[in-house]
Amino acid sequence: MKPFFDEMQTGAGTVRPHYSGFDRWLQAQAPAVMAARRDEAEMIFRRVGITFAVYGAKDEDGAGTERLIPFDVIPRIIPSDEWARMQQGLTQRVTALNHFLHDVYHGQEILKAGVVPAEQVLNNTQFRPEMMGVDLPGQIYSHISGIDIVRAAQPDGSGTYYVLEDNLRVPSGVSYMLENRKMMMRLFPELFAQHRVAPVAHYPDLLLETLREVAPASVNEPTVVVLTPGMYNSAYFEHAFLAQQMGVELVEGQDLFVKDNFVYMRTTQGPRRVDVVYRRVDDDFLDPTAFRPDSTLGCAGLLDVYRKGNISLCNAIGTGVADDKSIYPYVPKMIAFYLGEKPILENVPTYLCRESDDLKHVLAHLDELVVKEVHGAGGYGMLVGPASTQAEIAEFRAQLLARPSNYIAQPTLALSTTPTFVENGIAPRHIDLRPFVLSGKSVQMVPGGLTRVALKEGSLVVNSSQGGGTKDTWVLEA
Amino acid sequence: MLSRTADHLFWMSRYMERAENTARMLDVNYQTSLLPQSADRAEQGWAGVLGISELTAAFGEKHGEVNDRNVMQFMVRDAGNPSSIVSCLQAARENARAVRGTLTTELFETTNQTWLEFNRMLQGNGFERDPAALFEWVKFRSHLSRGVAVGTMLQDESLHFIRIGTFLERADNTARLLDVKFQDLAGDYFGTWADDSAPEVDFYHWSAILRSVSGFEIYRKVYRNVIRPDKVAELLILRPDMPRSLAACMNEVVHNLDLVANEQSTETRRRAGRLRSDLQFGRIDEILATGLHAFLTQFLDRVNDIGAGISRDFLVPA
Repeated sequence: MKPFFDEMQTGAGTVRPHYSGFDRWLQAQAPAVMAARRDEAEMIFRRVGITFAVYGAKDEDGAGTERLIPFDVIPRIIPSDEWARMQQGLTQRVTALNHFLHDVYHGQEILKAGVVPAEQVLNNTQFRPEMMGVDLPGQIYSHISGIDIVRAAQPDGSGTYYVLEDNLRVPSGVSYMLENRKMMMRLFPELFAQHRVAPVAHYPDLLLETLREVAPASVNEPTVVVLTPGMYNSAYFEHAFLAQQMGVELVEGQDLFVKDNFVYMRTTQGPRRVDVVYRRVDDDFLDPTAFRPDSTLGCAGLLDVYRKGNISLCNAIGTGVADDKSIYPYVPKMIAFYLGEKPILENVPTYLCRESDDLKHVLAHLDELVVKEVHGAGGYGMLVGPASTQAEIAEFRAQLLARPSNYIAQPTLALSTTPTFVENGIAPRHIDLRPFVLSGKSVQMVPGGLTRVALKEGSLVVNSSQGGGTKDTWVLEA
Repeated sequence: MLSRTADHLFWMSRYMERAENTARMLDVNYQTSLLPQSADRAEQGWAGVLGISELTAAFGEKHGEVNDRNVMQFMVRDAGNPSSIVSCLQAARENARAVRGTLTTELFETTNQTWLEFNRMLQGNGFERDPAALFEWVKFRSHLSRGVAVGTMLQDESLHFIRIGTFLERADNTARLLDVKFQDLAGDYFGTWADDSAPEVDFYHWSAILRSVSGFEIYRKVYRNVIRPDKVAELLILRPDMPRSLAACMNEVVHNLDLVANEQSTETRRRAGRLRSDLQFGRIDEILATGLHAFLTQFLDRVNDIGAGISRDFLVPA
């Protein structure tokens, strides 16, 4: 039998200490009550309008491009010592990634030292030559980083945290982290009286602080805005939510214009200067005169203003070169190179299909491995070997052979599970964790992050676009 | 505030107000249609509903006969008709969604909930069984939105643009209603009935108009008299204390325009102020002497012009 790790119970079926209080409470709940609470949660989420848009989908009534992300009423609990260590690891990792980004756009020491192959960086489509030599406040590139972490079972039954992926472009999901907590406190206030759950509601405050800290040096009272692609974007709720919580304007590209080397927004009282843009628009769409000319989501001339240092973009342009799956295997080496430290959080062992030995191994073990597109996101374009048919594997093999450098492969991890409230009662489902790491004058984060859960039995894909749900994440204070 | 944000707020409240006025108009026609009357007269009433909204041609392309069933379907649940209640509530909700960060949570949730609930109510045949209940519900959801806006929003530009949208739309809708209902009587109304020689007017016709703007009881209170068309016109055009009259609407528009004034808005403010003065110092006998239809047509043009000015000065600046 494959090893497995459940967050709540040990292999022998005893409840882990940090779940014992919750377990006692859960035993006392009637299943009907739990079901009623779940329905209540769904009703509230719908009324509040916490929905996400699904590309190309439409319900019969025509109004259904908006879906709820299923919310699970059973929290995922992390003991304080585990979180303390994870927090150190996250700080270390994100610090190294920011060093790396500054380096590749300046002296490129790490390439010269041969630690990361130069062509991997310079030929990467996410590498932005426009950013060479551009100095950013505090030398920070990734101000908001979403680091995906999984726990996998070891043969001895213990569990190890691994970083699965770094998201340094426009990571989303933090609004669900905040709303899930609000929902849990509303549905089960007694649980919070019984547990010392570390609060997360100050995230927007930390975010605003971070954004203000990285404003152009010459600005005293920076005007911060959130830039959204618009209300039909899948994460629109989050954009509006964060702007509201921070008390800043939510702008679209059409609201901005460039004049005399500064960026302005159109207001009812005339133009007003903008200093910091928390942009939720990809690099490619930011400036039609510099990147995709057909983009209507950006602001013409923005890159020029940016390069002159008259506006701050969060995250910076060009961060994609550090969260690319082909760069990921080198992150532990970056930590050693820039910080002279040993990585606190481990990487998942990764095969680079561009290297012939690795490719040979991958082709021979397709039915055991997870193969991912280097630039893919959201669970698209991947093969989960053990869960695929022979035909699917054969089809994927052809794609892989056609463009090996487009893929990496990793062993299928036995992702940890937590009890989850599903159709036929409470059953274990696989989960991951996305903490949100903020980098300004210092590195900060709120305890925990967003826990995503694969609701289908046995499924390892937690993405909301593929039927994943979310849970509240508790870090218990010591 | 962002011009685009102001634009969404303005249209959010306009569409909510429009949904309410459409419901009011349909309700009054539906109630009237339950009275004993000739088939011609009933059809005239429903044709008037289409005329008010300038939808006669659009209706003709989809439906043959002008009757209660067809017109109500078209004006309530036809998403292809941009003035139907379903379209207005959707537009109000989409505009609210686009600026949800600017609205109080209560206001967004009210608007969102209205849209979700309305769709649920349209499922099944509840509407066909009891149209009046649905109209009443729409009216009250609009009251609720307005109340939540005034009761929870910070009194800054956001609220001012919401209020401008509401009252500009209401001024437009009241004027249209008056225009069509007075034309129901043969020919233009030149005030020849304004003296005591007035022919016997249909009590039900005029009381229906008053009820559609919640004005029946107000009329009695203000005039303590039988219902006469010239007094109905006066109440709905000139009385500043009648909350749905043209004068009351223009007072609100001007007041809120003053609060948001910017460097470009002087001319728009002047035109709005002038229109308000015409109402403030106008007399109903003069208006009737020049012709009510002519007066209302001109009023609608001027309201439209002020709307375009607001758009240019604040909402969609070049």
